[in-house]
This record gives sequence, structure tokens and C-alpha cells, in this order.
Amino acid sequence: MSTPHDAMWEKLNLDLDAHAGLLQVLGKFYGDIYMSQTGRLKGMEYLDFVLSEVHGLRIKELQDAKAQGKKVIGTFCVFVPEEIVLAADGVQVGLCAGAEAGKDAAEKVLPRNTCALIKSFVGFKLSRLCPFIESCDLVVGETTCDGKKKAYEIFADYAPVYVMEIPQMKNACDRELWRAEVLRFKDKVEEVTGKSIMAPRLREAIRLVNDRRKVLQRLNRLRAASPVPISGRDALLINQISFYDDPVRFTEKIGHLCDELEEQVNSGKGIVPKETPRLMLSGCPMAVPNWKLPYVIESSGAVIIGEESCIGTRNIRDLVDESGESLDDLLNAIVDRYMRIDCACFTPNMERMDNIVSMARDLKADGVIHYGLSFCQPYAIEAFKVEKALKAADIPMLSIETDYSMEDVEQLKTRVEAFVEMVR
Amino acid sequence: MKENIAGIDIGSRSIELVVLNGCGPPVHQVKVPTTFDPLAQCRRLMGEVSAGRVVATGYGRKLFADFAEDMDVTTITEIQAYALGARFLFPEARTVLDIGGQDTKVISLLTNGKVGKFEMNDRCAAGTGKFLEFMATALQVPLESFGEYALGSDKRIQINSMCTVFAESEATSLMARGEKAENIAMGLHLAIVQRTLAMLRRVGMESPLVFAGGVAHNVCVRKTIEEQLEEKLLIPENPDMVGALGAALYGKGLQPGTQ
Ligand code: SF4
Ligand code: SF4
Repeated sequence: MSTPHDAMWEKLNLDLDAHAGLLQVLGKFYGDIYMSQTGRLKGMEYLDFVLSEVHGLRIKELQDAKAQGKKVIGTFCVFVPEEIVLAADGVQVGLCAGAEAGKDAAEKVLPRNTCALIKSFVGFKLSRLCPFIESCDLVVGETTCDGKKKAYEIFADYAPVYVMEIPQMKNACDRELWRAEVLRFKDKVEEVTGKSIMAPRLREAIRLVNDRRKVLQRLNRLRAASPVPISGRDALLINQISFYDDPVRFTEKIGHLCDELEEQVNSGKGIVPKETPRLMLSGCPMAVPNWKLPYVIESSGAVIIGEESCIGTRNIRDLVDESGESLDDLLNAIVDRYMRIDCACFTPNMERMDNIVSMARDLKADGVIHYGLSFCQPYAIEAFKVEKALKAADIPMLSIETDYSMEDVEQLKTRVEAFVEMVR
Repeated sequence: MKENIAGIDIGSRSIELVVLNGCGPPVHQVKVPTTFDPLAQCRRLMGEVSAGRVVATGYGRKLFADFAEDMDVTTITEIQAYALGARFLFPEARTVLDIGGQDTKVISLLTNGKVGKFEMNDRCAAGTGKFLEFMATALQVPLESFGEYALGSDKRIQINSMCTVFAESEATSLMARGEKAENIAMGLHLAIVQRTLAMLRRVGMESPLVFAGGVAHNVCVRKTIEEQLEEKLLIPENPDMVGALGAALYGKGLQPGTQ
């Protein structure tokens, strides 16, 4: 089937047949998981549209931006400060890595026991399936987990990779290292974009990204209501799309959606009955189109009310201080804000335990499902600590380890249903 | 006469049906192999009884509920079914172990009988009834007497692999080296027990422990678990029926005034 975007995809050197197959599978998957819901907000139409045009209109926008001389920078981790890219008039896109397509290609260059997220981004590149990766003038990696760190070495053979060093602890010397890395990144972005970053533009960029965080915070506050006014799947999708949509437009649209949500909440309307068990997700990020576990959970008689994850609160909880005068002040504010990220790659990372417990309490969660991707060591090991912390707070937790394949869906259903029965 | 309530446990290896009426013992219970056509088996079983309400559990529960549109069917997970069944048979139970044909579950019960935590091993046959069946065939011993056979060992050897395929090749090479078949059988049983104990530790096992599921028929597994835990296990008279019983009990609870 030909589409108006074929010529663009061909220019981006995608494998057209395989890509058409991918879009078809994605469309079907989306239909089953999303369009089958009833009582959805009107505001979700925007998200449906953006998702249906994820490889179409949004890529066209990126091409148009590039034609105007802007640069596109791709990232895989919430540690990469978008403010800096925006201040240099660049476009930042979070590369999603949530699909299984490309796995076979990835396993030719990576060990099989690598997490699905890593295999996915390498596989998408090798199989020429992702128009985002192909649009990037720079792809930014980071030294978080060993898997990603080493995979970027391989990825660098195929894409223009730049790697940021992320500290592993949070002492004064780690902050120094991180500050140096933020500055080195700024130089790199200036070099790639040919623009120098000045205080006024940086302040504007900080505001822009903060505004997006704020609207997502508002969404999270509203969905905490009882009865729950929006499905966890929809909320996850909104968070996922925040990584690649135009930030100004996205913030505005989600603002409207929140207005609608507020009306629902005020009139006591929910998408599920009040007594539906409320579950919180915690753990590895769920990138588009990884909706497997949320779907299993929400078809097992529970509703998801929050995601303690990088595609969730870890990305939006903290704002960057906007009050700095000088460029230096603003950069320091960025350094400090990003140092607060409580990723499992840090040690001892006790702040994550505190954050999980207080989030579960605030949201009145009946239970927490800890989600780890198979072979992800940092989160798998931390799951034990999380369970301990939650147990002390009298909140039940179920630990799930899975990947992107559909093979284990039946087993997952049994586990999740049993957990729902248990917390009900 | 009160209304009959049926509990049906549709597992990957066998299907069990228990029918309750009032508070007495089951008025009917039966076990059949799942075969390649589980629905036909269910239809046959249900055709032999009359029940006003059916509660289905096991991996085939959804399939059954979809097919039995004309009946009043509720579904619950195996976890809840085993918890309810075990607790009914042994009100003092704090932990339930179920080793079935293709999965192993461990459930820790709170003092009020509710599920506190559970673990499942359901992704491969390692450590399940299937593993024993496979190994019994490899050693050419009938499955029903495999446990007794293993108890005839005079030495405990360690089998390192829990993967069905690797364990078989380990057993074959031990055999080639002249190891007594009973000792190999014992080693295979010990391998299952070790794995089971690890799962029990993960849920923070408390005594007493109920051992249910088809593998509870195996005397060697029973004996070695008791030996390692240094305590007596509570073993139901019909260990494979516990899930179906729990399902039926759940159905009873759904009916006002019958509990
Ligand atoms: S989980 Fe850690 S490594 Fe992964 S995106 Fe988040 S911060 Fe980065
Ligand atoms: S999920 Fe875990 S292993 Fe995979 S990239 Fe993230 S931190 Fe690394």
C-alpha cells in the first residue's frame, strides 16, 4: 500500500517493505489496546492522531526543520538535557526502542542476553526501520548501565554517536563530573548546530521544558482522583508521546486534555468504578509501543494510577530553577536538576525507595507492580530493595520481569490477576 | 437439597472437577487428562453433573468461560483457588506449595487466610511434574513408582542441571559411567526439591506447609522436602483436587448465606 510519505521514507533510506509491515502491526496493536477502550476523553483524539502520524507528519516536520537549518538530536535517556538542545534551536527526540522488530538483526551484533530496549534501538537501526534515527544529526548516548554503554560502541559504527558520562554516585565530586559533562555537551551541541547558547535563549528553553513537565504533573494530579478519570494506558501514551512531539504544541494540547479531565473529576466521573484496585507501576521505562504490561493489568480488573519510571514521574518530577541571571547560573540549575534523577544505575540510590513509597502513598495505591526488562540488572537488583521498602510501608508489590515478546502474556495475566485478587 | 456448585481446574496436563453441595464433602470429584481438546473434555465432565454455578480456574479458565456462555461461570486464578482449597482442608496452613504438571506455585498465607505473597515458576518445565515425567521415561520407570524407585538409592549424587534437556544428558552420561539408576533418579528428585526450597524461601515460608498438586503423590519428593525442612508436611488426601475444590469453595462464597 502506498502512502503520501513513501518518497520521504525512501529518501531516509528506510527498508520500505519491512517498514510498511511494522506500521501495519503497530496499527493493529494500537487498535486492540487503545481503540477498544470505552469512555475515553475527547482530548485523546490528538494522541491518536499523533501516534497514527508518528512516522509520517512528525517526520515531515523534522525534515522541514532540517531544511531550515535546524539540527535533530536523538536521545535514549532522560539524563540528556533537552534545554541545551532547544537553546541552540535544535530539536530533541527521544528514540523509543519499545518494539521487538529488528531483534534478529540486533542479535547478530549483540549478545542475546541484552535487554530488549537496547536490542530494539540497535535492531531498528540495523533493519532501517526508524525514520527518527535516520533523521538525527547526532545521537546522544550515556554511560548509565553497562549494556547501553557498550552497545553505543557498536551503534557508533552505524550512526553519529556522542556519549555523555553519567556519574554513578551523588557526591560533590560526582556533581563536578556531571557539570563538566553538561558543559562538554553544550560545546558539542553548539558545534553541531553552529549556534552559540546564550542566557536568554537558555532561560526560554528551561521554561519551555518546565512547562511541559508541569502539564504532565497536572495530568498526574488529576488522574489520582477516585474514581480514576483516565486509563493508565492513555496516561502512559501521553508520557511516551511527550518524548518526540513538538513541545509547545504538546503542552498546549495536554493542557486542554487536562481541562477536560478536571471537569470529569469535578463531576465525579471515572473510567472504572470507584472500587477498582489502583495499581502503580515502577521500574524500567516503557517506550512506544511497549504497552503489553499496562494492557494486561488493565484487562485484569485493575487501573494504573502512576508510573514511577523514566517514561513517567522520573522525567517530570523535578523542575529546573528558572531564576538564574547568568548563563552560568542557568547551567548550574540544569546540573542540579538532572543530578536529582533517581535511576537504578546510581548507588546507593536510596532516594528512589523514598520516592516510590511516598508516591504510592500519595496516590493511595493498593499495590505496586515492579516492572523489569529481562537482563536489566540495575532494576532487577533494585526490585528487592523496593519490595523491602514497600513492605515496611505495608504496600504489596508484585515483581514482573518480561520483554517485548508476546509469548508470556498468558502467564503474566495469571500473575497479575492473582495480584489483583490479593490486593482487592 | 441445595444447589450444586462446581469448581473446575483446567490445567495444561489435567482437568479436575469438584462439585459441592452445602457444607459436606464433595458430592462428586473427577480428574481427566487435558488432551489436545480441553474444551471437549470440559464439556464431557460438565455433562455428567448439574451445577447452578461454575467457578473455573487454571490456565484454561478464560477459554472455558468463553465457551460456556450458557452457564453461570466465574473465573479465579490458580493462586486464589489453591489458597482457598488448602486453607479449607488445613485451617492452620500458612504456606501452600503446589507442584503441578507444568508449573510450580508457592503461596504464603496471612494469618487471616488471605494471600500475602506468591511465586510462580511457569515459563519452563524445570522443577515441575513434567520434568519428573520426562526423566521417569528416560530411566524407563513408570511415573507412579518413580518416587519409590528413587528411594531405593544408596548414594546421593548431585544433578547440576535443572533444564529438562540438559538434565537428561547429565543423567545419560552418569548412566554411561556406570552410576546406579536409582541414584540418578534420587539426584533428579533432589534437583526438584532444591529448586522448590529456593522458591519457598523467596516467599518467606512459614509453617505449616501444605503440599498439593500432582507431584505431592511422589513419596520421594515428599520425604526429601520433609527431611530438608525438618517438619511434617500437610498433604491433602487428593492433592490434585485442591485447585478445583478452592474454585468450588469460592463459588459457595459468592452465594449469600451458604458460607
Ligand atoms: S532508567 Fe536510567 S538509564 Fe534508563 S532512561 Fe532512565 S535514567 Fe536513563
Ligand atoms: S532497561 Fe536496564 S538494561 Fe535496559 S537500557 Fe535500561 S537500565 Fe539498561
